[in-house]
Amino acid sequence: MSKFEKKRGKSSPAISTASLPDIIFMLLFFFMMVTVMRDSSLKVSVITPSATELTKLEKKSLVNYLFIGKPTAEYQKERGTKPTLQLGDKFADEDDIPLFLENHRQKVDERQRGLITSSLKVDQNTTMGIVGDVKTALRKAGQYKVNYSAKKRAE
Amino acid sequence: MAKKSSKDRLSNEVNAGSMADIAFLLLIFFLVTTTIAEDKGVLVRLPPWSDEPADVLKFKERNVYSILVNANNDLLVRGEPKRVEDLKEGIKEFIMNPTKRSDLAESSEDAIVSFKNDRGTKYATYLEVYNEVMAAYNELWDEYANAKYGKDYEFLTKEQRLAVREVIPKKLSEAEPTAFGEE
Repeated sequence: MSKFEKKRGKSSPAISTASLPDIIFMLLFFFMMVTVMRDSSLKVSVITPSATELTKLEKKSLVNYLFIGKPTAEYQKERGTKPTLQLGDKFADEDDIPLFLENHRQKVDERQRGLITSSLKVDQNTTMGIVGDVKTALRKAGQYKVNYSAKKRAE
Repeated sequence: MAKKSSKDRLSNEVNAGSMADIAFLLLIFFLVTTTIAEDKGVLVRLPPWSDEPADVLKFKERNVYSILVNANNDLLVRGEPKRVEDLKEGIKEFIMNPTKRSDLAESSEDAIVSFKNDRGTKYATYLEVYNEVMAAYNELWDEYANAKYGKDYEFLTKEQRLAVREVIPKKLSEAEPTAFGEE
């Protein structure tokens, strides 16, 4: 009985915040591990379709991204609504692909150049016309490893 | 006297109270500038480009499983309309031909899946069909691997995988798309 009363008498000590920085740092490191730097802002809207047979892309430095989709609202005035290719952070067309791939290839270690994958992030409502053209351009440029980016489909 | 007071200060602890705020700032900075790494997709290998038109190879009709997708996203499989949902089972039966039907593949080594789309086909449909073909092969490899080695395909060694792929090779041929329906 007196056990409870005793406590009430004491003034409660302040909670030590000394370990708070450590906790926050832990969170910080966690997020630094699981995230990647956002390197290009999207000028086309891309909602990738869903699929089941997915492969995870491991090495970020060995992947280059090609976006295909409708220009977002702010660019529709000058670009229209036709699906467009975006390389890096600017609009492009198929002729720019070889230079884009070569620029990326230069940054990669020579021994790993065979492992470079192109990730095609294509909006699900795009028609295959432009995708086919991009595929042809990739084949002409000698980039055969291609990943059709997709979400995991819930079954 | 000044010396003495500075000595006193040195012995004091550094105030770590603001450390949490600094860490928070860093944390928020990283949250804003980064995206969660989630890049998954269907990995394919494109064929090399050649300027000359490819040789016309003749295959027996029973060994080719042709899939055509038109600009309305309808499927025509071996001359008959089919739903995407039924595609996987159809391909599996075609490749393995368990009942030795005369209109399905002679053997799994000879089976070829041919896939042709239109320029007006929606990308989602294209990928769905592609996904079904991949799924059919993956399931067949798993079944074969389980029957022969007692485990799933992905747990096999490299040599075992090659052995499996020799019996059931993935022969997927993508034809140049037609251009009846423009985007």
